[in-house]
Amino acid sequence: MNEKGNENENGKEKSEFLSGNEAIAEGVRLCGPQVIAAYPITPQTTLMEKLSEFAADGALSASCKFLLVESEHSAMAAVMGAAMMGSRAFTATSSQGLLYMCEMLSYVSGSRFPIVMANANRGTATPWTIFGDHRDSFAMRDSGWIQIYVESGQEALDTILQAYRIAEHPSVMLPVMVNIDGFTLTHTYELVKVPERETADAFLPPLNTFNKLSLEAPKCLSFAFWPDYHLESRCLQQKAFLDAVNFIERTDEEFYGLFGRRYHGLAEPYRCEDAECVLAVAGGVAGTTRVVVDKLRAEGRKVGLIKVRCLRPFPMKFFASLGSPCQALGVVDRDISFGLEGGLYTDVKASMYKPGAGIRTLGFVAGLGGHDVSKADIELMYDKLRNLADGKPEEEHQFIGMRWA
Amino acid sequence: MREIRWHGRGGNGAFTAARLLALAASVYGGRYAQAFPSFGPERRGAPVLGFTRIGDSAIRDHSEVVDCDCVIVLDETLVDVVDVFKGLRADGVMVINSAKSEAELRNDAGFARIKNLTALDGTAIALDILKTPIVNTVMLGAAIAATGMIRVSDAEKAIEELMPERLAEPNKRAVIAAYDKARGKNR
Repeated sequence: MNEKGNENENGKEKSEFLSGNEAIAEGVRLCGPQVIAAYPITPQTTLMEKLSEFAADGALSASCKFLLVESEHSAMAAVMGAAMMGSRAFTATSSQGLLYMCEMLSYVSGSRFPIVMANANRGTATPWTIFGDHRDSFAMRDSGWIQIYVESGQEALDTILQAYRIAEHPSVMLPVMVNIDGFTLTHTYELVKVPERETADAFLPPLNTFNKLSLEAPKCLSFAFWPDYHLESRCLQQKAFLDAVNFIERTDEEFYGLFGRRYHGLAEPYRCEDAECVLAVAGGVAGTTRVVVDKLRAEGRKVGLIKVRCLRPFPMKFFASLGSPCQALGVVDRDISFGLEGGLYTDVKASMYKPGAGIRTLGFVAGLGGHDVSKADIELMYDKLRNLADGKPEEEHQFIGMRWA
Repeated sequence: MREIRWHGRGGNGAFTAARLLALAASVYGGRYAQAFPSFGPERRGAPVLGFTRIGDSAIRDHSEVVDCDCVIVLDETLVDVVDVFKGLRADGVMVINSAKSEAELRNDAGFARIKNLTALDGTAIALDILKTPIVNTVMLGAAIAATGMIRVSDAEKAIEELMPERLAEPNKRAVIAAYDKARGKNR
């Protein structure tokens, strides 16, 4: 994150000490949702609790409907119904809840409803776990949702505002999943700047969609296609994702102009200018990696970080343009696609692929089921990348931090 | 950056104390801070942890706290159950709720190694002022006296923000009473 500091044009922000979940709730409040559907699941629950407090205290608009539904499947169905009537809608979930929603995710995305959802990243059963990793949202990679991963409570709040702006743009019209690491971000309190509602309103115009039910302009929504049109509909969905790339970057720049904070669109390079060994990371581990990069840089080592903010659309061009001086690139996955490798690693390699390209790569799997990714672990990964760059042998796929090596 | 670990039992308010310290340091002290609990299910009476990080620039580190500059123990019986000394830096500070003196505590090998040790009968202060044996704000006052990490006035503001008025007033008095008593000892 870059901050303008005192140059910030919006001097009315209030500094508050909030958990990641509370920061998201503040972001949602600022977006003025008309429908919120809630079903509890750890570690998302305190987010919905905060929104229900806002509803009870009159901090949401009087017409906002706060729906307590009987399951995650129903939560997604409820916000889809709201979107069909042209309402701005929000829900949140995690882990098994997200998997239970799976069926509705593709209904929403295929119908092009601009719903925003927060997912508190948590591992999936079994072994049953309430702790964080990315296996829940990575399993939903092809659901047709834009997926953004955040690094801090501040980025979580800011990304909710950006997410509605992106989702609702007429040339995008795609749902957005904002992913926040379970516990390590959802339950960690940090200093968060909460913007004024007026500034948020200036950034996010009222929702006005064309794909809504109306007596004046009757239309059919969420319909079936015979095989003759299906291919074209998917092609348009893919086009929307590719077009969203520019819009995500532009939205971030406009956000910077108004709020003085930016997150570099789909991917952020950190101290990569002359970096020979680079780690690509998504989520809160990116923050810890910054600390390690700063330490190793102070020791004279040429290391850098690429924070992957968007999983879909994927920062293909960013990775395709990587060249010298980068000699070795490692990817940290809080995910594993059994029988292959970490999902992020596959995507990074595919984006970088060109015959004869000289960058060597390593895929690290770490931080599954809430396992701490320590500064020592990250330093070890940079050591392994150095080995690889120097032509020493390193296994391509490695689990980091296990009790046996 | 300073890293602080709080030891308590579920229901003791160890995490509330971790939050109060961070809130006082950041919103009222003008610095940056982070606070988080030991993650997972909460069980009343079971050993729990709270963590505070305080720094002069934005804190990006989201890994677990391993080494600490200060350990605060709200319940003396935890010493037999968990390793309260783990990761305490050589020049680190330990603050413990105990009716024993520092010299008495140092008969134990674990305490003998600690140079900066403050023992305070927090339970007595809590019973006197709060009329209940909840010592989180009391030990916050003692920790401020032992470390000087934040201003007492900022701790008072944090308590006002986080607690309803009927609790804020006695808890502010508890912080000050513990601060004065611990500071007297450290002179």
